[in-house]
Amino acid sequence: MSWHNIVTVYLKELKDSLRDRRTLMSTIIIPTLVIPLLTFGIGKVMSVVMSRAREEIPTVAIIGGADSPGVVAELRKTPKLKIVPLPADWKLAISEKRLRVAVELPERFEAGLKAGSAPEVQVYNYSGELKSDFAARAVERFLTDLRERTVAERLAERGLPKTMAVPFEFRRENVAPPEKVGGNLFGGLVPYLIIILCFSGAMYPAMDLTAGEKERGTMETLLCSPVARVDIVLGKFLMVLTGSLSAMFFMLVSMGLTAAIGGTLMTSTGVTRIGAAAGTATKAAAASVLPTIDPLGLVGVLAMVLPVAVMFAAAAFTVALFAKSYKEAQSYLAPLMIIVIMPAVIGMLPGIDLNARLALVPLLNLSLVCREMLSGVWHWNYIALIFGSSCLYAAVALALAVRMFKREDVIFRA
Amino acid sequence: MIEAHHLTKTFKDKKRGEIHAVEGVSFRAEPGRIYGLLGANGAGKTTTLRMLATLLQPSKGSATVAGFDVVREPERVRANVGFLAASTALYARLTAREMITYFGDLNGLSRPEIKERIRRLSADLDMDEFLDRRCDKFSTGMKQKTSIARTLIHDPAVMIFDEPTLGLDVMTARAIVKFVRECRDRGKTVIYSTHVMSEVEKLCDRIGIIHDGRLCAEGTLAELRARAGEQDLEEVFVKIVGVEDAK
Repeated sequence: MSWHNIVTVYLKELKDSLRDRRTLMSTIIIPTLVIPLLTFGIGKVMSVVMSRAREEIPTVAIIGGADSPGVVAELRKTPKLKIVPLPADWKLAISEKRLRVAVELPERFEAGLKAGSAPEVQVYNYSGELKSDFAARAVERFLTDLRERTVAERLAERGLPKTMAVPFEFRRENVAPPEKVGGNLFGGLVPYLIIILCFSGAMYPAMDLTAGEKERGTMETLLCSPVARVDIVLGKFLMVLTGSLSAMFFMLVSMGLTAAIGGTLMTSTGVTRIGAAAGTATKAAAASVLPTIDPLGLVGVLAMVLPVAVMFAAAAFTVALFAKSYKEAQSYLAPLMIIVIMPAVIGMLPGIDLNARLALVPLLNLSLVCREMLSGVWHWNYIALIFGSSCLYAAVALALAVRMFKREDVIFRA
Repeated sequence: MIEAHHLTKTFKDKKRGEIHAVEGVSFRAEPGRIYGLLGANGAGKTTTLRMLATLLQPSKGSATVAGFDVVREPERVRANVGFLAASTALYARLTAREMITYFGDLNGLSRPEIKERIRRLSADLDMDEFLDRRCDKFSTGMKQKTSIARTLIHDPAVMIFDEPTLGLDVMTARAIVKFVRECRDRGKTVIYSTHVMSEVEKLCDRIGIIHDGRLCAEGTLAELRARAGEQDLEEVFVKIVGVEDAK
């Protein structure tokens, strides 16, 4: 093994890759754009859609209610509801979003209330449809209010205190520091993005440097040089690793910049443009997209990702090396992406906690430990176990890459 | 000098079982001479040459190239070999100068040495005009010249050419043939594989006819003609290969 040769191969591959548009896209441009796009694109669109849905005054139809004029009149007076005549096909109208909600007042509802019975009111909506759900909630708020007023009236009639029906109040308050809340909520998302970008960053250089070279006929030219095969593999592998790490680096830099610049930008425009009420919603959305994360945790994540990036680079290299052409390599590596994403997604699910067995599952362990570290929790024994096992997997993957490169039937596969 | 002793290469194929691409090939190519390896497509020429260039390992037999064993000292063999084949391409995104410099680096030359050799090769091959342009914009002729410069950067004692004129136009092919002759004149050991009879007649001092992985005849052009009792090389080839098939 000669470092001079490894560095020579690496520097040439670096120069070559910097001139390859596809590699630049996957290692620099996409990682840089992904966070701002998520934040300003999807995040912004989501917050706008949500606040618009909240602002909309929903159309509500009343079924029955002819013998309950008082309640109907109150419903009509509610500024957050727009009472419309009941269409004949009201169920279809709700499904087709022409009507948001229908509320059915049973016969003799008002009279029943006065008599002290408990008639049931039915609210019909399109479950899962955002605006219909908001409308149902608005109707339910009205009904809850009506119920509470009725309770208060009945208690007053009997000369009983309000605490008779509401013996105590309660309130919820968060005591965890913001970085812990952020880490717990979004601790899964950051490693998830890192895992995806690390792999996609490795994918294109891996394909270009192996199957691509075979296809273009430069692999044979390179093998004619007196450099040992192991030096060629390591030089090329370092380039693939560079691709993987640069994808992660650019994503993190762009995330930092987005948080620094974008956070204030989003909340301020939110207040001025949509008004005070919507502004609060936008602020919340901005805070949720740009969570406060423990910076030390981020350093920990980077350290933990390093052996995983090595494993990705070596694995992508080995798989792509087997392919005869760039296209074939693509068809092998694209499904691998799903395998890579799965443990990362599982790691994002709530309720899955790190244990010794899960600490040995590649990628899932990274995803879980990152979530903990980003919320400022450091399980040193698990961290050591995960780092150690990741290094071992990385070493095995790299050894496999070197072995594959020495196989004639792989290099000259035709 | 190249000496091959019973070189054999067997591949395993899932569908066809064991394939004997080359079987017991022995020959000797000397400095200042061109040894021609003549054979049809699939006869085993490329596999033989790849074994000599240490791209493939022989299954059996041995060979020494410039005094080094192809199995035990593959890196030293490659340091003394210039390998040019139709299948050895250039890095499209590098310039000709970068490409040649890369191979100079890989051969352990110092940067001043590389610079000086590029200057001389560029003058010899008339490459000045496109030396700093990217290879993907080159004509076939420019590509061939750059490839030649790449094989010569470390001034190897042995040159291996595997069908170097395949798919080239007449003028470019002539330039290659001229270059091969120059290699011989400079005292290099040259081995040249082809299925083009006229190239063999023009170039080769000694010829080996390879068929179905075996070397079935060897000698100078005159010796082969006498053996087959034919003047035309194509007839000589068909007769020798035909006799082999009849066996």
